[in-house]
Amino acid sequence: MNFRLKIWRQRSAEDRGRMAEYPVKDVSPDMSFLEMLDVLNEDLTQKGEEPLAFEHDCREGICGACSLMINGIAHGPERAATACQLHMRHFKDGDTLTVEPWRAKAFPVLRDLVVDRSALDRIVQAGGFISVNTGSAPEANGLLISKETSEKAMEAAACIGCGACVASCKNASAMLFTAAKVSHLALLPQGQPERAARVKKMIARMDEEGFGNCTNQYECEAVCPKEISVSFIARMNREYLKAQST
Amino acid sequence: MCKEFLGSSVGRKAVVGVTGFILFGFVVVHTLGNLQIFLGRDPLNAYAYKLQSLPWLLWPARVFLLAVLLVHLWISLWLAVENRRARPTPYVFKDTVQATLASRTMVMTGLIILLFIVYHLLHFTFGATNPEFFHLTDAKGRHDVYAMVVLSYRNYWISGTYLLAMFFLCLHLSHGVSSIPQSLGWNDERWDPLFKWAGRAAALVIFMGNSSMPLAAVVGILK
Amino acid sequence: MAEALDAKTPSGPLEAKWDKRRFELKLVNPANKRKFEIIVVGTGLAGASAAASLAELGYGVRVFCFQDSPRRAHSIAAQGGINAAKNYQNDGDSVWRLFYDTVKGGDFRSREANVYRLAQISSGIIDQCAAQGVPFAREYGGHLANRSFGGAQVSRTFYAQGQTGQQLLLGAYQALCRQIALGRVEMRPRAEMLDLVTVNGHAKGIVVRDLVTGKIVSYSADAVVLATGGYANVFYLSTNAKGCNVTAIYRAYKKGAFFANPCFTQIHPTCIPVTGEYQSKLTLMSESLRNDGRVWVPRVKGDKRSPHEIPEAERDYFLERKYPSFGNLAPRDIASRSAKEVCEEGKGVGKSGRGVYLDFAEAIRQVGAEGIRERYGNLFDMYAKITAENPYQTPMRIYPAAHYTMGGLWVDYHLMSNLPGLFVIGEANFSDHGANRLGASALMQGLADGYFILPYTIGDYLASTGKRKPETDHPEFKKAEEEAGGRIRKLLAVKGKRTVDSFHRQLGALMWETCGMSRNEAGLKKALQEIPVLREEFWKNVKVLGEGAQLNQALEHAGRAADFLEFAEILCHDALHRRESCGGHFRQEHQTAEGEALRDDENFCYAAAWEFQGIGRPPVLHQEPLAFEHVKLSQRSYR
Repeated sequence: MNFRLKIWRQRSAEDRGRMAEYPVKDVSPDMSFLEMLDVLNEDLTQKGEEPLAFEHDCREGICGACSLMINGIAHGPERAATACQLHMRHFKDGDTLTVEPWRAKAFPVLRDLVVDRSALDRIVQAGGFISVNTGSAPEANGLLISKETSEKAMEAAACIGCGACVASCKNASAMLFTAAKVSHLALLPQGQPERAARVKKMIARMDEEGFGNCTNQYECEAVCPKEISVSFIARMNREYLKAQST
Repeated sequence: MCKEFLGSSVGRKAVVGVTGFILFGFVVVHTLGNLQIFLGRDPLNAYAYKLQSLPWLLWPARVFLLAVLLVHLWISLWLAVENRRARPTPYVFKDTVQATLASRTMVMTGLIILLFIVYHLLHFTFGATNPEFFHLTDAKGRHDVYAMVVLSYRNYWISGTYLLAMFFLCLHLSHGVSSIPQSLGWNDERWDPLFKWAGRAAALVIFMGNSSMPLAAVVGILK
Repeated sequence: MAEALDAKTPSGPLEAKWDKRRFELKLVNPANKRKFEIIVVGTGLAGASAAASLAELGYGVRVFCFQDSPRRAHSIAAQGGINAAKNYQNDGDSVWRLFYDTVKGGDFRSREANVYRLAQISSGIIDQCAAQGVPFAREYGGHLANRSFGGAQVSRTFYAQGQTGQQLLLGAYQALCRQIALGRVEMRPRAEMLDLVTVNGHAKGIVVRDLVTGKIVSYSADAVVLATGGYANVFYLSTNAKGCNVTAIYRAYKKGAFFANPCFTQIHPTCIPVTGEYQSKLTLMSESLRNDGRVWVPRVKGDKRSPHEIPEAERDYFLERKYPSFGNLAPRDIASRSAKEVCEEGKGVGKSGRGVYLDFAEAIRQVGAEGIRERYGNLFDMYAKITAENPYQTPMRIYPAAHYTMGGLWVDYHLMSNLPGLFVIGEANFSDHGANRLGASALMQGLADGYFILPYTIGDYLASTGKRKPETDHPEFKKAEEEAGGRIRKLLAVKGKRTVDSFHRQLGALMWETCGMSRNEAGLKKALQEIPVLREEFWKNVKVLGEGAQLNQALEHAGRAADFLEFAEILCHDALHRRESCGGHFRQEHQTAEGEALRDDENFCYAAAWEFQGIGRPPVLHQEPLAFEHVKLSQRSYR
């Protein structure tokens, strides 16, 4: 397969950046999107052009490092998949593929397709945890949690923190990310003591970081590699309104 | 608390939801009231007369609705400005997976509705745009609302404007109404399809109800 | 030969050793704790749990990771589960049994006292993680669920769908986040450790490169903890994340820390086979799949029929045939090697011929597709995504891949290396898994080290040595900074013709061929000849573009590949010296008549700890004799 790539190139955070075009040839349909970019990078290096910087690590869809906007869709056209799990067989031979970094004020570009997503870490730091010191935990089976509750919490906890929700949201909102963590901990009995304070602090932090607001368009849910439901956003709204009214 | 609440994205969204719900409620009542036009001249004019004769109810209601409208507008625009700022560099290639047209045009449809409200008030409440239809009285000496509406709607430009406005209102409501339970945290996976369906159905019913009047006048059902 | 290494294992009965030692350990006065600064490198299960726990105790902690966020460390990719001797299933599990299984599974090359401690601590880990909100799988009654895993005959594995590593890591990451917010931890992501700094023989700091600005900066501390994971990427193709590297522990090795048992590498039997030259990594499918899947190949060589067309009688369920009692659940090394053997006989499946079937047809007949979906849904989806085949209908194709490394820096019972003040935890150290790690034990070890061992033992070091943190303008720091900077300039100055990746791939292929699933003297000698040649070419012909003072991923990779090119030699050296087969180290010259690993307890019942002597010069061997007082040394048999 052959493709024409239009890719965002930006040397540093200060650089203005521009779109550049590259052809890639002899791509196997079994390659992942990132492996295709590897091939491009080998090519570029051979030609003496600096290779493209893009974030990646585990390449099996769990670390959340990869962060590519492919033809206007976060992680590309394949549902429930990160870019590292997206294979070239999903594209047509000869396609033009536009690859851009996540775009959000809260995610400044560091280089090419690499952005700074530390704002998401700071949201968790604001309260996305259960305050239990090592050693003070009770016997694990002393706390019974129904299978349904546990599974629901797991659905929310499955978030990989990639930021695709922010990237795809028309308003660059981090509601789905924040809601997933708030819901995971609010659902569990362990999370009850800090429940109200947690949601208030996390939302305040989210707002401070410069993310946009949710307008219920649900683009986040559509691109989430872990298919986290927007019903968790409603849950977070509920948690917040309850926390504010008590 | 109020400052924290209004300062937060979720709090402000809730305010938009609540004010939107009130405005939607008004639209429903207003539509039902107006649909009395199909009962004939007398019931409609009697209804209008009744409302006018209750100033202690009418004026507080008007002030309240205006306040709600302004809050809805102010908070929504504030959010919208923030939303624009949240992505200073746009994507070169833009695409959408599942966001509806209605959801993506809320600010535009909202502002069009605002313009329409101004026109609608000038037209039917203050009689500024078509005074020739405004000063008619019926056989009982009451303000002839029926004649004012029917005569106005016979003008294609006016009925066309109303139809177009109702289309935008419908678009706005179809997203807005189904969003209310989400923003206020009532939604969950079980209810979500119902809320989505109900929001769209409500918008469509409002559209059909309101557009039936100019259409009926144009085709001569209302005389 | 140098004198034997002393692990400082406590005396007394096995069950009481850890208690005894905890009492003997010196304590740091609570008011003094905040005066001590500790550096933790790596934020996987071990690093994050250690950093959070140390900060909770009141120490000042500085944490580094090369990823953009501590949450991305590769522990996140562990799928299957975490072992603990809770005996919730009433199936006869106990601390002793977990200890026994781990020692035996490790083929008698681990330290008994460490393993026993690990088994003792295992229960507390589950309690801790549950309290943090880790959504472990539950039974309908609300109790924690277990499954049997990786060759264990009891159900002691706790899990959170197929994302146990992720959930445990997020638990530790959240604990870390809490300490960051409290100001007790200073977190530095996108920072790569380039060197360890020792002052008067004690580890007192590190040199890091800020991966965004390229600045080289020193940090000093009272103690340094390395939790930087394993070195499976020496094979290039492995199940490790692309960023996993040996640099931190290799640099420490070059500064005098001993590297123990590097040849103990684990090959995981159930990975998705390689599809082409461009392949950048291999994807592991959880071993739990072997609970219900049956492994087979066609009986006849070169049978290219589709699996559906091959009748039952013409299939060879080779694991069930060779190991009737364990069957498809035979330990990882055995399952991997058997797959390799049948492929070498020409019976392999798939385009490359490097694959065997993992068939769920029978399990689907028994419990239905829905039942299988409930157990392995996400794994089946992942497989389908990668291969575009439906595993509910067509058997999966699997092949072994490098996965985990049991070897690592040598540490004593306190998890301290031979360099005082340098602690090494998690996969980066060597101690608990011997020559082979059991499934669901890596998570257990990482968290045991981080939550419940290091926080006590590091206090003993700090209390004994007192506050001796040097300033970073100390000449040792300046020297290390200059060296690190010089190396980067050198890499950029080569301006050769070959990319870093091409060197790394070539090294990986060589290592996989000569020092992978099975090894022999001739192959290892060949590797030891070829590695220096490749390394020399690397330094003459590598092409790294861009500058040092910027985000430069090729440069990062070049530094890591350069270290692999040196480290690979130690690995082969160790593999060559160990003239026996044990666990993940299979020497073809040393096998039983049935083709099983043949240990030589007479001559090799020790941990081999290597001391650096200079690049390209053979390292010096230090031995830590291993005594098995509680588990009788026996030939492992899974027949």
